[in-house]
Amino acid sequence: MTVDAAIVGPGNIGTDLMYKILDRSESIDLQRMIGIFPVEESEGLQAAQEEGIAVGTDGIDSVREHADEFDLVFEATSAKVHQSNAPVYEELGLFAVDLTPAAIGPYVVPVVNADAVIGETRNINMVTCGGQATIPVVHAVDRVADVEYAEIVATIASKSAGPGTRQNIDEFTQTTAAGLEQVGGADRGKAIIVLNPAEPPITMRDTIYTQVPDTADVDEIRDSVADIEAEVQGYVPGYEVTLEPVVKDQDDVAFDLGDSVIVTTMIEVEGEGQHLPPYAGNLDIMTSAALGAAERVAAQPADASPIRRAADD
Amino acid sequence: MTSDVRLVDMTLRDGMHAVDHQFTPEQMAEIAAALDAADMDVIEMSHGDGMGGSSINYGFSAGTTEEYLDAVAPAVNNAKLSVLLLPGIGTVEDLKLAVEKGADVCRIATHVTEADVSQEHFEYLEEFGLEATGLLMLSHMAPPEKVLEQAKLMESYGADYVYVMDSAGAMLPQDVTDRVSLLVEELDIGVGFHAHNNLGLGIANTLAGIEAGAETVDGCLRGLGAGSGNAQIEVLVGVLKKAGYDVSPDFFGVMDAAEDVLLPMLTPETMPELDNDSLLLGYAGVYSSFLRHTRRVAEKYDLDPREILIELGELGVVGGQEDMITDVAARMAEQGGAPAEADD
Repeated sequence: MTVDAAIVGPGNIGTDLMYKILDRSESIDLQRMIGIFPVEESEGLQAAQEEGIAVGTDGIDSVREHADEFDLVFEATSAKVHQSNAPVYEELGLFAVDLTPAAIGPYVVPVVNADAVIGETRNINMVTCGGQATIPVVHAVDRVADVEYAEIVATIASKSAGPGTRQNIDEFTQTTAAGLEQVGGADRGKAIIVLNPAEPPITMRDTIYTQVPDTADVDEIRDSVADIEAEVQGYVPGYEVTLEPVVKDQDDVAFDLGDSVIVTTMIEVEGEGQHLPPYAGNLDIMTSAALGAAERVAAQPADASPIRRAADD
Repeated sequence: MTSDVRLVDMTLRDGMHAVDHQFTPEQMAEIAAALDAADMDVIEMSHGDGMGGSSINYGFSAGTTEEYLDAVAPAVNNAKLSVLLLPGIGTVEDLKLAVEKGADVCRIATHVTEADVSQEHFEYLEEFGLEATGLLMLSHMAPPEKVLEQAKLMESYGADYVYVMDSAGAMLPQDVTDRVSLLVEELDIGVGFHAHNNLGLGIANTLAGIEAGAETVDGCLRGLGAGSGNAQIEVLVGVLKKAGYDVSPDFFGVMDAAEDVLLPMLTPETMPELDNDSLLLGYAGVYSSFLRHTRRVAEKYDLDPREILIELGELGVVGGQEDMITDVAARMAEQGGAPAEADD
């Protein structure tokens, strides 16, 4: 079925998401873009109007006013704003896809747990860019070999790290680590983020280390990672495994590994460049994942759909 | 404090890189006690990459931050106890632990162009009344004006000192003078300098920094530390005394700490020296702690570590990107050794 949607927050993320929906989504029908500034002061709202999308300029009041037009909202504001908006969405019967770090609803990574979570809740959180990029790999390893510990290093171009990320960098590491455990399936998780100022800006890259028992079948791990790469590419076209899983054992490290080995996988995410530059794969994967999750909401069979209209009909 | 220059010993922090972060809490306590008895101004301890650095990417340490703090804090009675944190690796949770365990100073390190990731951490230190120092890593990668701009950010967040960090040991004395003197001129807080010896300039650069107005400088016993090591602190004490500076540490005391306490804990393999690979760090401008990781990866992929380091330098990798060593090596191995586009 087709789901009518609104984007709340016409900043860089919201604008990029709008173009993605318009470019390629067959099941999400964008009805409105909502901000808090007059159109003249909002590049995002102007972009929406140019694409023929209706706009709202009164934030949550605009959502209330036009709530009969859509069933799903993408929250592309900030954690603080989502915290105050979420109860309103709930009250209005709107399904919320939360791109902020608020994490009121459960973490969702489309290829890993979207279908399981969507029937249970009406508010889902998109973790972090690093989480969307790395959790699929951790999950791919974990489904064929128990991941005792997962550690990721996310490196992004300085230019693509906005003030929100910079002023609260701990939130990235803590949220991503929690996602590695709760969604990825690692017994323990750790996340590291590095900003690189090189010019031209580097493409977003992540290294995923998984510590697994030394009895793990490496070929099976490689196949599982290749499978998930293809699945992620279904909604993040610029997602690529750049180093297929390689194994390091006790001889390759300076600390005690016990009966475990380390499987290292590297990925890069090149943005599609709709609104954000291609190096900003970190932002691109968030909008792509949010759209991927919304499309999975749309794909739920009518009797299991969390969308109110389906229930009302 | 009557001394002219404050000395920060990092044998138990930057020195951890040289021993792959394998000092035990007991060893740390023993070294800290010797430094404390020798009237060292500040003793810094933690994983080499700061609290929270114990990881696959940087190497797991022999003990946890908590175990190290529990062992070292009681051994430090006169000196100030310092810990390190790199935002993006460690978090405020680690700062809480350090506050609880009695750290006096926390140093917050960011890449030289990325100071604004440290604001939340400086605010936390201010709330808890810890002395806060900002460290601008790989300062050779930015011109003096950029270093100043970023130092001013740290000053505005509440830093008590800000350091020019020559994390790659890539600066010549004039580079140090240019950066330190500009900061001294423009900032209201004290300026520091941190050397690595990869070009054989650890002591000379530190002296240049002090002559340009640095009030606080770093070193390690026996010059332990990442790459070919930091400024050798007992040498620094001797040099500064000879140059007419008043310093707190007792000259024989730090010499004894180096030779009688630290040296027996080292092996020829963990004692840093200025060899071909570490020289390349300084020449190519690569973060010093990449050295030992690069050697291990080079062996696994049967490559010359120098080729990997040159490539990393050209890519402009920054501190924390140790994962790039494997990335570069795997690509080079696939291409059959050195990258095809390697120039001259």
